[in-house]
Formats: sequence, C-alpha cells, structure tokens
Amino acid sequence: MVQIKSFFATRWGIVSVGAFIGIFAALLQKLGNPGNMGICVACMERDVAGAIGLHRAAVVQYMRPEIIGFVLGALLAAYLFREFRPRAGSASIVRFFLGVFAMIGALVFLGCPWRALLRLAGGDANAILGLAGLIGGIWIGVLFLKGGYNLGRSSQTHSSAGWLLPLMMAGFLVLMLIFPQIEGEERSGILFYSVKGPGAMHAPLFISLIVGIAVGFFAQRSRFCTMGAFRDLILFRQTHLFLGVLSLLIFAFGTNLILGQFNMGFTGQPVAHTMHVWNFGGMLLAGLAFALAGGCPGRQLFLSGEGDGDAAVFVLGMIVGAAFSHNFGLASSPAGVGPHGVAAVIIGILVCLFIGFTMREKSA
Amino acid sequence: MDNTIDARGLSCPQPVLITIEQIKKMGKGRIEVLVDTDTSKENVARAAESQGWHIENIEPDGIGYKIIISKE
Repeated sequence: MVQIKSFFATRWGIVSVGAFIGIFAALLQKLGNPGNMGICVACMERDVAGAIGLHRAAVVQYMRPEIIGFVLGALLAAYLFREFRPRAGSASIVRFFLGVFAMIGALVFLGCPWRALLRLAGGDANAILGLAGLIGGIWIGVLFLKGGYNLGRSSQTHSSAGWLLPLMMAGFLVLMLIFPQIEGEERSGILFYSVKGPGAMHAPLFISLIVGIAVGFFAQRSRFCTMGAFRDLILFRQTHLFLGVLSLLIFAFGTNLILGQFNMGFTGQPVAHTMHVWNFGGMLLAGLAFALAGGCPGRQLFLSGEGDGDAAVFVLGMIVGAAFSHNFGLASSPAGVGPHGVAAVIIGILVCLFIGFTMREKSA
Repeated sequence: MDNTIDARGLSCPQPVLITIEQIKKMGKGRIEVLVDTDTSKENVARAAESQGWHIENIEPDGIGYKIIISKE
C-alpha cells in the first residue's frame, strides 16, 4: 500500500494517470461515445441533468455511467488508502454558484478542460481558443489568490454527510438498471434517453462504468486536476500536475492516430462551433470559476468521492447550471452559441469577479 | 525561530500558498505545518522541497498530519 501510495505522488505516477485517461477516453469514443468526447465531465453531467429531466434538450439526455464511476472509484480509493475525510462548510453556497457558472461557460465552449484537451488531441483547432480562455480564466483566478481570496475553512463532519453524493450516484446507477434504455424510445420509466444526437452516442454501460471507476480510483490517488495544472504552473512555477495534463494530451493524440480518429481543422469538428471569441470567452468564465472553487470539474467529482461536501455542492451546481444552460438557450450547438449564451457569459464573469473581489478572508 | 501554520480545512492551493509565504518571510528556520488531508500533505511537502527546504518529519496529528520543515 505504502509503495503504491508513494508512486502516485511521483512524477511518473501523475504521467501514468494522464496517459491512462488519454488512452481510455479515445477508446471510449471508438466504443460509442461522441466525437472528441470520450470523457467530458461538463458534457456528461449535462447529459445526466437531461436524463433526470432537469432540462428537456432531446439530444443530450443520458445517465452517463462514467460520472457515476468517477465518484464511486474515488470513494473506493479513499477508503482503501484511509483518505476518506468527511468535511464541509467552506462557503458552500458560493461553490454552488461557481459550479452553475462554470457549467454555463463550459457549455458555451462545449466542453470541460478534459474535453478541451481531447478536442485538441482529435485535431479540433477550436480547442486552442478554448484552452487559451481556460488559461486566461485561471490566470485571473491566480491574481485573486495572490490578493488574498479565500473561501474559508471546512470542518470535519459526519461520515454519512460525506457519503451523500456517492449515494446519489449509486442511486442513479440503480435507476439506470431498473429503467434501461429502450431502443428508439425517449423514455424508460422515469429516465429520459436521447434517440439521436450526442446523448444517443455512448459506449456500453458496463464498459463506461468500469472505465469511470478506474479513472476515479487513479485520479483520486494522483490528485489529477487540469485547473490545478495551469494554476500551479502560473502561481508556483510547479510542473507536477501539468505533466499529467501533457501526458493526457499526448496519449490521447497517439491513440487517436492509431484509431484513425484524428482530423485537423476548425470546421466540421464533432460537437463544436467556430465562434472563436466565445470559445475563448466561455472557457475564460469556466477557468475563473474552477480556479475560485479550487478544482476542475473532474477533480470536484473525485473530491466528492473522498468525502468533501463542498466539492459535492459544486458538482450539484454544475448539474443545475446545465439545466439553466439548456432551458434558457445559453448552451452552444454546432451552429454556434445559444441565443442568450453571450449575455450569460458576461453575467457569469461579473459574478465571479464579485466573488473574487469580495471574498477575502485571513486564513489565520 | 519556530513557527506553526494551521492549514487544516483550507482547500487547494491555500495550504501551499501560506506555507510558501512563511518560507519566504523567514528565509530559514523551522516551520510546523498542520494539514487535514493527504493531498495537502503531499502538496506542502513538494512545495517546501522545491523551495530548498528539508522535510524533517511527517507525523499523524488528529485526523491529519503535522509536517515539520526546516532550512539551516
């Protein structure tokens, strides 16, 4: 145990985990997930919101087993290595809103940081704008951190409190087994499914679940975080997490080449649009929200699995944000940004600036 | 000169941020850092080493750890 524990904290540990995610994300696409969307925490949580009817965008409704697996895999790792620490109480309401706006920004770009990397690895040049926005948002977040931004301390809580989000995910899995997808049907019991569009494209349930659990397990051990990668690079000139991100990109690219999934260009890319300013702007908002919340969407799921109730609230914020995005016409589509997407990005950035400027707390 | 930093309950990257701040303020000496998660333990230790400080000891402390770092 001690051996494995130290391995994941090393440079090779984080590089291996990045490689694992990159390879399996590309493979999940081969097995049925949408293009350059082998794993996308934002898109997949959006599909989950659709599956439970929080929004009714017919093309993005599916209870993604990867998301369930991420949380349960992290929970398993946290228990095996005695790292389950039930904790909560660090400005949960702020984290909720950061989750909401992080999702709104991500859905204007059409992807979380993981998907931005996977899109680039698949040859989608629009991802360059998204990644530039992400880095810009994180850079603004770093300025706030340097200026004393702090959401305050969490405190220890009941183990059962730490279990709530993992239990919700387990409940979602049970619902999926009770109400499995029926070919050509939009509904199965209380769950919604997509008949066409990205929501209809998915790898077989158990493969998605097992890959999700494995990713959750390894990511919990290694603390893999795409936002942290850029933040630590900007803030501390530290490359540890960044090597994981680089590894994900390189291995996803290699796997895409082998599988014939690489197609370079701006136009005709899967689940993407070419409005450069808003690819940048959407991810600027998302990056800032992730930086203020202390983790990328994937990391928030893994933290939820190890008992962090504040990260769990961020996750719920993202799911609710997805509902707002589709109900209010904020989310983009391959045709471009939604009718109110631009207004939502501007409001989101203003909200994040408000949070960043006003929430300074002396940590002592 | 000895110093204690209580980074328990603080989320990423605050524990590292305040540890580095203290390291820069002191230049040398001995600092005790209290953390409550393994992530913070690894991050603080990694940051201290990158600043040229030595990890003297890491011991369990309550639900978390006490990390002792020093520089001559």
